[in-house]
Amino acid sequence: MFQFILKRLVQAVPLLIGVSIIGFAMMHLAPGGPLAVYTLNPTITAQDIARIKQVFGLDQPMYIQYFKWAYGMFTGNWGNTFFGGRPVLDVIMERVPATFILMGSGMSLAIIIGMLIGILGAVKRYSVFDYLATTGAMVALSFPTFWFGLMTIFLFSLKLGWLPSGGMFTLGGDEGILDLLMHLILPAVVLALVLVAQWSRYTRSSFLEVINQDYIRTARSKGLTGRRILLRHAFPNALAPLVTLAGIQLPWLFSGALVTETIFGWPGMGRLFVDALTMKEYPVLMGMIMITAIAVIIGNLLADVINAMIDPRLRLEK
Amino acid sequence: MRKKSSADFGLDEDKVVESSAMLEGPSGVSPDALSHYYETQLRRIWRRFLQHRLAVAGGCVVIVLLLTAVLADIVSPHDPLALDTKLRFIPPLSNPQFILGTDEMGRDLLSRLLHGGRISLVVGMAAMFATIVTGLAIGVIAGFYGGRVDSILMRFTDTVLCFPQVFLLLVLAAFITPTVVSIALIIGFTSWMEVARIIRAQIQYVKEQEFVQAAFALGASGRRIMLRELLPNAISPVLVSATLNVANAVLMESYISFLGYGIQPPLASWGNMLTNAQSYFDLAPWLAIFPGVMITLTVMSFNFLGDGLRDALDPRVGM
Repeated sequence: MFQFILKRLVQAVPLLIGVSIIGFAMMHLAPGGPLAVYTLNPTITAQDIARIKQVFGLDQPMYIQYFKWAYGMFTGNWGNTFFGGRPVLDVIMERVPATFILMGSGMSLAIIIGMLIGILGAVKRYSVFDYLATTGAMVALSFPTFWFGLMTIFLFSLKLGWLPSGGMFTLGGDEGILDLLMHLILPAVVLALVLVAQWSRYTRSSFLEVINQDYIRTARSKGLTGRRILLRHAFPNALAPLVTLAGIQLPWLFSGALVTETIFGWPGMGRLFVDALTMKEYPVLMGMIMITAIAVIIGNLLADVINAMIDPRLRLEK
Repeated sequence: MRKKSSADFGLDEDKVVESSAMLEGPSGVSPDALSHYYETQLRRIWRRFLQHRLAVAGGCVVIVLLLTAVLADIVSPHDPLALDTKLRFIPPLSNPQFILGTDEMGRDLLSRLLHGGRISLVVGMAAMFATIVTGLAIGVIAGFYGGRVDSILMRFTDTVLCFPQVFLLLVLAAFITPTVVSIALIIGFTSWMEVARIIRAQIQYVKEQEFVQAAFALGASGRRIMLRELLPNAISPVLVSATLNVANAVLMESYISFLGYGIQPPLASWGNMLTNAQSYFDLAPWLAIFPGVMITLTVMSFNFLGDGLRDALDPRVGM
């Protein structure tokens, strides 16, 4: 098992290098490059720019700049924000908890509901429920997340007045857990919609694949009850592709969180990203791009390791 | 690191048998019999497609949407950019001149929806084209050459897949001047990875078939084999991916236009029509409802169409 984890870690290294090269290239694609903010300032002369370039090492060859930048990334020195001059890593990190709460609750909702729908659909294949569920999943996958968010605000906040329309806490409130939950319901449901659709589809096909195998027939011929077969025999084996799905979903989850946070004014990373975009805070943008990509790599790595723990055969695979 | 998706509607044994016969094709038959064979194949595909009722419905909606996009200038009752501050916020169905009402600047909503649809569909189609061309190039080259070329291209594909698409899109959109073409291109360049993987797998499979081996044995050049032998056999997955990609591209365009980095006003797209809608929720909810309904309807139709095509063309794709 230790060897497996080590091997997977080594395999993640080229991905990390690739991600850093793309991130570095994008920073230099930005109009005006990394010094865009200085060139926009009228009080700074061309000589000043040249001097800043020298100070930052921007007059050096590209590959040296890259290694310096990558080293900085590795050691946690992600540069400072243009406005305010705060360390980029700090600015991003203080937004992580809010996003984590939103993504975690959206994902949990999606996994529970999606798996239930998927298992029911697989067991009662070709039933009315199955048909409605598969069709409904397709419809849900076609919803623009931001519009679905707008519609829930319109219905549940404006018309019915049941739930707050945005933010994480009521202004001037006690910031208690109940207040947080009330604010969390709408964004979490909105974020979960597309995920539920994906989970139900994957769970259904994963279970269908398992249910038709010989050992399930054996279990059935032994006279075990349907529920026992489902939970003890089918479930663990159908789980592996679903763990992989959780890893694959991460990029989408970040994208979805960005849109959801914008609609609901949720003070997380997505909101920070959109704000940084309007302020042209390139260091923050690049930091966010890097941190999400790294999170995706780690997420997929974790999914692989969990899968190997569930299924010993995977540990031997190359 | 990742497994291919296996989410799909149930497969039938007979369909699988049918399709593998289709892929291999008959050997040693006269050209006449061959053309008859392919004609029945097409008919069979068509019949299977017709059985998928939602796909047929999706196809019909797509045709109607494309027609209204092409004829937007003719069917629009008003100029989509004509302002009239005296006619602001007319509710739908209250004024026969403005069936779907007017927006905050007194512009006719129906006309704007029709023209916005044209922009959204053009961006969707163009982005799909960019996606397919990029994905096809990388997939065919990786699948054909294998070895080091394959592993470099596939590592690159894996790397790009690590970035959340909306993040990448927004950064790129902030760097460029947003036009219909540039928006379509950046959507294409951030969504080709799935296509490249599907095509690569298909090419790897076809490459081992006898007729390709025969072409190798006859001394055909690599380029000839790629273009004449491999590419035509990748048409089914390409067609399916293309359809599903239009759906995704329309969705992506609406995301970035909604956030203000896509199609710029006064040019209307379904995405940017929703940008200000949140501010007028109380006054004019229809401004928020109709563009969203159009996006959902379009994306849904292309999704159902693509799904039906997949079942009809080759049930094994997407397994």
